[in-house]
Amino acid sequence: MLKDITLGQYFPGTTVAHKLDPRTKILLVVLYIVALFCAKSLVTYGLMALCLAVCVYISKVSIKALVRGLKPVLFIIIFTGILNLFFTPGDRYLVEWGFLHISDTGLRNAVFMVLRIMLLIMGTFLMTYTTSPISLTDGLERLLNGLKKLHVPVHELAMMMSIALRFIPTLIEETDKIMSAQKARGADFESGNLIQKAKALIPILVPLFISAFRRADELATAMECRCYHGGEGRTKLHVLQYQRRDYIALALGVLICAGVIVLRQFGL
Amino acid sequence: MSTMIETRELRFAYPADEGQKPVFALRGVDLEIEKGSFVVVLGHNGSGKSTLAKTFNGVLLPAGGKVYVEGMDTLDESLLLAIRQRVGMVFQNPDNQIVANVVEEDVAFAPENLGVPTEEIRRRVDDALKAVGMYEFVTHAPHLLSGGQKQRIAIAGVIAMEPDCIVLDEATAMLDPIGRQEVLSTVHRLNMEKGITVILITHHMNEAEDADRVIVMDDGKVAMDGTPREVFVQVEDLRAMGLTVPDTVDLLDRLHKDGLPVPLDALTVEACADAITAALRGN
Repeated sequence: MLKDITLGQYFPGTTVAHKLDPRTKILLVVLYIVALFCAKSLVTYGLMALCLAVCVYISKVSIKALVRGLKPVLFIIIFTGILNLFFTPGDRYLVEWGFLHISDTGLRNAVFMVLRIMLLIMGTFLMTYTTSPISLTDGLERLLNGLKKLHVPVHELAMMMSIALRFIPTLIEETDKIMSAQKARGADFESGNLIQKAKALIPILVPLFISAFRRADELATAMECRCYHGGEGRTKLHVLQYQRRDYIALALGVLICAGVIVLRQFGL
Repeated sequence: MSTMIETRELRFAYPADEGQKPVFALRGVDLEIEKGSFVVVLGHNGSGKSTLAKTFNGVLLPAGGKVYVEGMDTLDESLLLAIRQRVGMVFQNPDNQIVANVVEEDVAFAPENLGVPTEEIRRRVDDALKAVGMYEFVTHAPHLLSGGQKQRIAIAGVIAMEPDCIVLDEATAMLDPIGRQEVLSTVHRLNMEKGITVILITHHMNEAEDADRVIVMDDGKVAMDGTPREVFVQVEDLRAMGLTVPDTVDLLDRLHKDGLPVPLDALTVEACADAITAALRGN
């Protein structure tokens, strides 16, 4: 039952969106977020939505999958929408009903806020959908390389992240096994209220943690045996290299982001 | 032939609880392992065989005595990387020694650590995967492979360091018979074709049949040392140490006790059958 959890949500493919350097994609998402927060008119929001639509089209990621990504944050989106809609003071009130009122600015804010969150999430999801977790970690490590001078343990963080990703399927399998073993001895995970359910998880978590620590110990020894001694002097099998498409994509990204900021100056 | 690994008066104790005397897992082991040989180390649980294996590349450091790898002292910290590059180690649980979630990335881990240039890593990864017969899985996810396949990936990960010696610390213990056979034939081939010294730690007697040398550990000491034939004829002593002898030897031993004049050192099934027929004809 736990087997069908897909983490990282990567959809393999061969489109340009997949082939772009992970660093490019991370930078593009950052630019997109900046632009999104600078946008404040129908024109700029339209531009942002259009950008996303074009990217989605290029990447061939199904819209269904993108919309599914919105599900976990649905509550936040609705909540923000309602707050903005009813509690923003404005010049003109469209509806007034007791202490609830909808002003023109309220309506505007609500629509834009909801749009902003949705575009933001869909934009980031598009990156994780088209980039494998490994290359994403790799990209992050390379991007943050400069922080090493400030004694930020960039390599260690990236290594931890990739090991965590590597062990997700192993630990899920293990959880499955432990649950089956407990069920075979009459444990009940389904019935009862929330507190009882949470309590029923303790006999799963304890052995899982113990085994995870044991695994960590063995893995550390195995890594040392394969001459692991930190990030110093390490080379790579796959070296990230910017291609022409990366420069083009980055140039387009910067152009659009700058465009949005300029439009903002003109009050659009 | 030159020496791959040499131990002198090797002693080792695991840290004990406070107030208690440390229990020695190794109490004076003197061994000399020749380059290019295939050595099987046998022993029941707690005999010190795994501890011994872990001292061979400095995972555990001797509490007394010395371990030399190609003349390098494992106690010299500055030589540790060089020693570990020469002596690769494969452990019991394949899941706990695979680092990456793509096969080729995992095999590349050791050469990456050693700072090998990118093109050379590519060549080593491909060669190592071909050597263990897993080249077709180069871009697979390791967790979807069988136990025997995972263990072969782990071996490839070690070969990519281009070591002179591979130590398999009960690497077949968690595998099914097919997986075990896969791993064994792989290491035998590496031993024959590449001349890599293989030290196989196991409690499966049958895995010792084709070895050049069998070392039996008991209570932290070397109890027997010799060719498989020399070791397995000592049936009673092996049983006394809690070890089961191979089925063929067991059969011959029983026949021998019942008065049939058979030799005890026919290890393979064929040799055993021949020995019995010969003895029956003689009667």
